[in-house]
Amino acid sequence: MNAEELKQEILAFHPSVVFDEGGQFVNANIEGADVLTLLTELRNRPAFDFDYMFCLTCVDYKTHFTMFYHLRSLTHRHELVVKAKIADVNAPAVDTVSHIWRTADFMEREVYDLFGVKFFRHPDLRRIFLDENWPGYPLRKNYEDPNMIEL
Amino acid sequence: MITEDGDFVINIGPQHPSTHGVLHLKVWLDGETVKKVEPHLGYIHRSIEKMCESLSYRQYIFSTSRMDYLSAHINNQACALAVEMGLGVEVPDRAKVIRTILAELTRLASHALWWGCMGLDLGAVTPFFYAFREREFINDIMEETCGARLTQNFIVPGGLMADIHPNFVSKTKELIKMFRANIDEYNQLLTGNVIFQQRTKNVGFLSKEAAISYGTSGPVARASGVSCDVRKHYPYDAYDRVQFKEILGTAGDSWERYVIRIDEMRESLSIIEQLIDNIPEGDIVAKTKQVIKLPKGEFYSRVETARGELGVLLVSDGGSTPYRVKFRSPNFSNLSALGHIAKGSKIGDLVAMMATLDLVIPDVDR
Repeated sequence: MNAEELKQEILAFHPSVVFDEGGQFVNANIEGADVLTLLTELRNRPAFDFDYMFCLTCVDYKTHFTMFYHLRSLTHRHELVVKAKIADVNAPAVDTVSHIWRTADFMEREVYDLFGVKFFRHPDLRRIFLDENWPGYPLRKNYEDPNMIEL
Repeated sequence: MITEDGDFVINIGPQHPSTHGVLHLKVWLDGETVKKVEPHLGYIHRSIEKMCESLSYRQYIFSTSRMDYLSAHINNQACALAVEMGLGVEVPDRAKVIRTILAELTRLASHALWWGCMGLDLGAVTPFFYAFREREFINDIMEETCGARLTQNFIVPGGLMADIHPNFVSKTKELIKMFRANIDEYNQLLTGNVIFQQRTKNVGFLSKEAAISYGTSGPVARASGVSCDVRKHYPYDAYDRVQFKEILGTAGDSWERYVIRIDEMRESLSIIEQLIDNIPEGDIVAKTKQVIKLPKGEFYSRVETARGELGVLLVSDGGSTPYRVKFRSPNFSNLSALGHIAKGSKIGDLVAMMATLDLVIPDVDR
């Protein structure tokens, strides 16, 4: 499917998706609450068949968090980026997708470790790199460490 | 430690020769059968992603040499490609070709080291010395041209830092000749060994579905039949002007992963051979501003390292440093499949499985 067809197909069953223009990929912007419904459809519908998640990450924009899901279909060879906005900066949380793509298990643990985003129904949500009682979440923009040097 | 279910729990690593770095595995055993493997990470976590947020677009490239230190040049390439994509600069042909040759040399050196360590992990010490013979030669070529043996740091946004050494072409040709002959020696020494075959065949099975679901890439995924070579599907630098095969397997066991890497070395040699006589004349670097500022947006570049797909996601807010950098490292995803592969096998085979996953732990932890 090319970019236009992808957009039309997604809008057909999920009208609230907003698409970015001009990027390298087709970017689908959604709210954090819609993650599970949209991504399940993207994986299961044969027309999309996004079976390979090659990147999952989070960006702290200070006013909100954005989850990035980079998806690829190995059968159709098309790609899509889903960006889910999490408005709650104090207790960010989103549904897990680790039962859809098993690679998301570790990647979500990494995001939980470094951003403090919680994943509902994740089978094993523990910090992956840092100690369980490490104070704060290092990749957040407001993270402060006494040993950090301001350049 | 024995759990309530009667399972025996042991820790392998973080200081264990077969884990090649500080990987810590917690293994649940029932007799000799592995019931569950849980990797514990973070022993070499440096938060390179956070460090990159305070480095300029020229500087951040070099911090990635310390991720997958066996593919240092290819990591640098991925970072430079992301910046070039953001700037929209066209890299001169000469730089593209030299980058590609160096990347393939890096792959050869990495696979040679893997081959030596693979033997070492299964109790054969001699391969290690044979592999280091070629590796030293490649490192010498790197040292002459790049000034460093392992962390080359030879790439700048827009091209290369310097031109190649006058000896580069002749020495590389010498290497191709030597390496070709030595792969046959590798096969005589280890591949044909019956004990080695028995320890790797039908061990550590990874199905195609699982390989896709776990997001594995590189030789690990290709051994299970997943066509995922970035050089083929999303060509970068000079890969669109060379002929090479994407080597795919079907069996998905440790043996297949071994064979694929051996065949990949031959393909790398053929890629170098096609390019080494055709290095175009011209500039080695495109003109860029002293302080690089990328337009607002996200830029994702990807390359095929010796272990699989490395992705660099740059999020720019228009400033002179990245707002956020994410490295999608191949080892992290490949490691996540280990628990699935090892389940139900014998503990003695666990080492063979880890050896064929070819993990580099600093790339997992970043």
